[in-house]
This record gives sequence, C-alpha cells and structure tokens, in this order.
Amino acid sequence: MLRQIGAVTMINLRSIPQRWGMSLATVLSVALVVGVLLGFLAMANGFRATVDGTGSDDVAVVIGANSQTELNSGLGRDAVRLIEAGPGIAVDASGDPIISAELYVIANGRKRSSDTDANLPLRGVGENAPSLRNGFVLTQGRMFASGSNELVVGEGVLREFAGFELGETIRLGPNEWRVVGIFSTGGSVFDSEIWADLGVIQNLYQRTGTVQSVRARLTSPEALAELQAYVENEPRLEADVSSERQFFASTAGGTSNVILFLGWPLAIIMAVGALAGAWNAMYASVDARTREIATLRAIGFAGFPAFVGTMAESLLLASIGGLIGAGVTYLVFDGVSASTLGGGFTQIVFSFAVTPAAIISGVVLALVVGAAGGFFPAIRAARVSILKAQG
Amino acid sequence: MNDATLIRKSLFRKKTRAILLVLSIMTAFLIFAVLGAFSRSLNSGVDTAAADRLVTLNAINFTLTMPYAYWGRVAQVDGVQAVTHASWFGGYYQEPRNFIQAFSVDMESYLQVYSELEPVGGELATLFERRDCAAIGADLLSQYGWTQGQRIPLNSNIWRKEDGTQVWDLELCVVFDAQDQDVPTNYILLNYDYYNEALAFNRDQIGWLILTTGDPSINDRVSQEIDALFANSPAETKTSTEAAFGQAFLEQLGNIGLILTLVIGAAFATILMIVGTTMVMAINERTKEVAVMKTLGFAPPRIFVHVLSESVLLSLVGGLIGLGLAALLLAGVGTMLAGQLPGLRMTGVIAGQAIALMIAFGLVTGLMPAINAMRINIVDGLGKE
Repeated sequence: MLRQIGAVTMINLRSIPQRWGMSLATVLSVALVVGVLLGFLAMANGFRATVDGTGSDDVAVVIGANSQTELNSGLGRDAVRLIEAGPGIAVDASGDPIISAELYVIANGRKRSSDTDANLPLRGVGENAPSLRNGFVLTQGRMFASGSNELVVGEGVLREFAGFELGETIRLGPNEWRVVGIFSTGGSVFDSEIWADLGVIQNLYQRTGTVQSVRARLTSPEALAELQAYVENEPRLEADVSSERQFFASTAGGTSNVILFLGWPLAIIMAVGALAGAWNAMYASVDARTREIATLRAIGFAGFPAFVGTMAESLLLASIGGLIGAGVTYLVFDGVSASTLGGGFTQIVFSFAVTPAAIISGVVLALVVGAAGGFFPAIRAARVSILKAQG
Repeated sequence: MNDATLIRKSLFRKKTRAILLVLSIMTAFLIFAVLGAFSRSLNSGVDTAAADRLVTLNAINFTLTMPYAYWGRVAQVDGVQAVTHASWFGGYYQEPRNFIQAFSVDMESYLQVYSELEPVGGELATLFERRDCAAIGADLLSQYGWTQGQRIPLNSNIWRKEDGTQVWDLELCVVFDAQDQDVPTNYILLNYDYYNEALAFNRDQIGWLILTTGDPSINDRVSQEIDALFANSPAETKTSTEAAFGQAFLEQLGNIGLILTLVIGAAFATILMIVGTTMVMAINERTKEVAVMKTLGFAPPRIFVHVLSESVLLSLVGGLIGLGLAALLLAGVGTMLAGQLPGLRMTGVIAGQAIALMIAFGLVTGLMPAINAMRINIVDGLGKE
C-alpha cells in the first residue's frame, strides 16, 4: 500500500508541469493570501513589541487621578513633594529619592513619509530622567545643558521625522531650539520622544510649577503596592499610581487589536477566494489524469493512493505558495519603520516584525487552503471508475 | 436557442467550476466594497469640509490653546465672514472608557460657521440663553439611547473645576443633524461660558478658531494675514483649510490609503490569476465544440463575443453577490460603529465603481480565451479529443 501511495504521489507531482498555468495560479494566490495576513500581523506585532517592551516593573508612574494618559494629567509642586516623601522609593548615593518629575507636551514634527505635521511628544525632564529608563544611551552628541534651548531626540524620531539631525535648529513657538544629542532606549516608546529641560518647557508652554507625571525608582517591584496605598490614603494627593510596565501595556492593546481585527478577517476572506482557485486546479488535475488513474485501478491499485496523491499535490502547491508568501513578506516588510498615533495621542515609531509565530500562522493558513482545496477532488480521484480506462 | 442561452449554458456546463469561480470573484468584490466604504468613512472629514472654511491652530501643536482675545482679533481680518472657536473637552460618560467627543463652543457663531448642522429637536433660543444647555448630534444621541431634554453628567479627563470635581452637568436641550449623511454628528457641543467660568486652570483660553471666507480664492491671503497677526507672540498660529487639517490628521494614523490599495490589489491579483487561467483552460476544453460551431457557420467575431460575454457574465454574477454581501455587512456594522466611523455604508459611487470593475475584469479575463477561440482552425479543432 505504501509503495502504491508513493508511486501515485510521484506521478501526481511529476505531472504538475503539464498544468503549470493553473498550478502557478494556485501557488501565487496562496502566496498573496499569506502575504496579506503576515503584513498585518507584522504591523500588529511590531507595534505591540515596541509598547510592551517599554517600562519596567520597578519604576512607578504617578499621574493625576482619572487622566489615563500623561497628556491629560496635571500635578502641582505640592503633589510632587508629597510623592517624593512616599514609601518604597529608592535613594541615590547622597540619600535623595530617585524620582523624575516630567512635563509631557506635544509639538509638531514633519513626517517624512507624508510630509505632513504629526504629533510628537516633547518631554521636559530633569537630570534623573535617563537613569529611570533602562538601556538609555546617547548614540550621538551630548545631553542638553540645563536651562538652555537644547534638545535631545530619540532615534525613532530621527528615522521617521525630518529636520531632527544633530546640530539642526527647530522652531517651537517663538523660540529656536538646537538638537545637541540623539538617544536610544533600545526600541522602546521613548525612542519616539524629544527631550528638553523641564524648566524651559514649563516656561514655553506656560505651565510654570506644574508637571504631568512623576516617575520613581522603586526599591523593588513589590514596593509598588506600598506606594499605591500611601497615595490613596493621602487626602492632599489626587493621583493614580501604576508600574511603568502596566502603564504602557494598558495603552498598547487598542491599536494592535484594531490591526489584528482587520488583518485576520481580510486574510480569511481572501483565503476563501484562493481556496476556490486551489479546488479548481485540483479538479483540473484529476480530470486530466482520469484515464491514468483508471488504468492504475485496473492493474490493481486501490482508490486510497489516488486520494493521497491528489491531496499531496494540493498540499505541496499550497505550502510552496505559503512559503513564497512568507519569504517575500519577510524580505519586504521585516524591519520596515513606520509610525502611528499611539495611546498618548502622539506618534509611536515602530518596526514591522515578521515573527516566527506569525510565519507559522501563515503556513498553517496555506495548508488549510491546500487541504480544503484538495479534499473533494481527491475523493473524486479515489472514486474513478475502472471503465474510464477505456476512455 | 439564442445567443444568451448559449452563453449561459456554456458558462455553467461544469457547475462546480462555475460556482468556485463565482465564489472567488465574490471575495474580491466583497473586500473592495467593504474597504472602499471604510476608506470613505475615514475620509469623511476631508470630503465634507467646506472649501472656504479655515481652521486656525496653535502653531506648536493643535493640542495647545490660545488666548480668548484671538477670536475678536481674527473677526477683524479683511475677508473673514464668520468666525467661531472651539475647545477640546476630553469627555467621558460615567466610565473613562465611554469616551465622548465634546467641544466647548460659542453656540451662535458655531452654528453659523457650521451651517450644515440643523437643529431637529429643541429650541435654539434656550440653547443660547441657558448656560447648562448643550447640543448633541443625532448619531451620539441614538448611540447612548438618550432623549432630548435629558440631563447627563459629562466628565472631563483633562479639565478640573475650581471645586475640585471634573464633571459638568448638562441638559441636552437641542439635537442637531445634517442633511448630508456623511457629516459626522457624533459629538456634544457645550456652552463655552459654562465650561470656562468653572475652570481651575487655563481659563480664558480657547482651542482653535474656525472661520469662513466665502471665497476659496482668498483663503491663502486670509491665512497669511491671520498668522502674521500673532507672529512672535507666545501663541503663534497656523491657519490652513479644514480639508488640509483633516488630511494631515488622517496621515497621523499612517498611510491608510497605501495599505488599502495593497490589500485590494492583492485580492484582485489573486482572482485575476485564478479566473484567467481557468477561463483559458475552459475554452481549450471546448476546442472541438468551437470548431463544430464554426462549421455550422458561426462567424469568428460572433464566437469572440460569445466567449467575452461569458467571462463578463461570470464576473458580474460573482461581483454582484459580493457587492450584495458587502451591503448587508456594512448595514450591520455601520450602525454599530456610527460613533467611530460616521457614514459607514454602501454608496452609489462604490457600487458604480465595483460594477465598472466587474465589467473590466470580465473583459480582461475573457480576452485571451476569446482570441484563442476565434482563431481555432476547424480542421485541427475537429481532430482534437
């Protein structure tokens, strides 16, 4: 039986070139379906990876109560002082708490891809800000001088937006600013930000004395609960505390889910179209070999090998299509930089990521198309009557 | 047996094959129509923008405010017919996740500038007089199942009142709607004075100005004059057309147009290959038949038209089913997403484009087989199995 299966399968596969037109159409249509699916998955995964990769468990983020995002939040001087005095916050060598009060405002940046203005986060920070971001490094230039109109910009901003090269000047309102450094935090959300001195930004945006968020280095991830309890029980503080990881995770879901909710249904509808194509191609294959199959039956072959042969042909065509689709998507899309509006109402720069899990999903989809497309033609092949051998 | 019957019979001579082809053509047109409707809805802000309507924003970014006095100063600029202002409220109802678009505005001038908005319930006079009166768009009203005259608490996730709370009590005095279904009516307008007097911070600031010029040809001059008025002040402005602003905002999401084009392109490339090769094969199978027809006196042009009609018919059957499915789907999803994607529905334009595409698709896939069929040599054709 196994030898029969092997023989019939080889006959099937070797006869593919005789029907190259339909076979090629099947392969390419499956490749396109897989390509569309992987394109969307790469977008969703890339965005999620950037946002999920941001934030650590031992940094607490404090924002105004019910404001959800830093942009909507407001905290006064007194609030900052009260947070500073809270429990569970790590101290530096000289005994001061490691906290960073930050102002998060939005400035226009010129998006390279569309040449239109887009929202860029401009963060006013103090000297502790870099030490509260894991993996912060200056890749070019230096840090801004305190009290000056100098900026450092993240690598993502440099990549997606025009005019932020080292040494360039940028106009924000009536003032000119100079880019003195480029920083990287290893592909996290912060790479999409511009940083400047807190006091200067407070002046420019007429927010003297107020900040929007306070980040604090915790003594351990467990100290978060302690700080949360303290803030909740302090009547003079109207604020929400979360770990930085929670803070970003809560904003990531929306965008990447929207991409997935669009991508999967589209790919499935397209797969139905490709399925019809594969089905047709396999019927054509069986029809073309009816006499051959009947002859095999006449010389003692069972029906089952004919079934397996047709299924194998269909699965092979579909999986070649799936692999071509995955390969091309990987070459074209993997690592492509893009930016979209994120949870903080500002641009988040991310890279498309064609992940192994996504490739597996794509190949599985291709095999489903191949199996479903081959099944009924394979049954027809198995049922070919011996009489047909006479043609 | 006339030509039409002949075409129909030959198309469905292999039922399974015809049904499969119809199915795959259907998917492409389903995708085309649904994505077309999505794109149209996303662009509704750009498409419904009046040509002579300009917006003046803070030059640093539109999330920043400008002094209230700018309103009066812009009104003085030569060429400005009417001007109003609006401020982003950051509204939500009860829970932060029930996000509600709300703007604090000066009612009278706002309804003057947005002349396409029409009150469909309630008295405008009350709206102008009573501070706690708000106007609500018909779409939003139905989304939450509220009624005209109802009182609702509207929270803000940005603004705080002097009393420490972040909630404004509103009476939904007036419901407004627009003739054009594509004009979004998924937001609330509340009186600026009612909002401003309670603010704990950022009082006497406005978000942006909207103005009409009456003549698109003076847009550029008016824009420049307005922006020159506030140059070198702490709140410099940037004035652009409403459409340009809407377009730039859409670009913030990403290159949606390119993504849609790629997906629709992929869907059509798929069926083009499948249907194209299948049609070639189907006509090849019929070589002998065609030869017989020619022997009986069917002229080559008539055979050419037969085959072409067959592929156009196939494309129309599949395409129209796909279009029908898309209409059903959009009717269901459209009401569900009225708040987020206003005007999500099948339109005559999309249907027209789709039908034109069906005919073009039928002609393209039928051309090769039709030429082949026309060229079949009777002697060779009859000899074929």
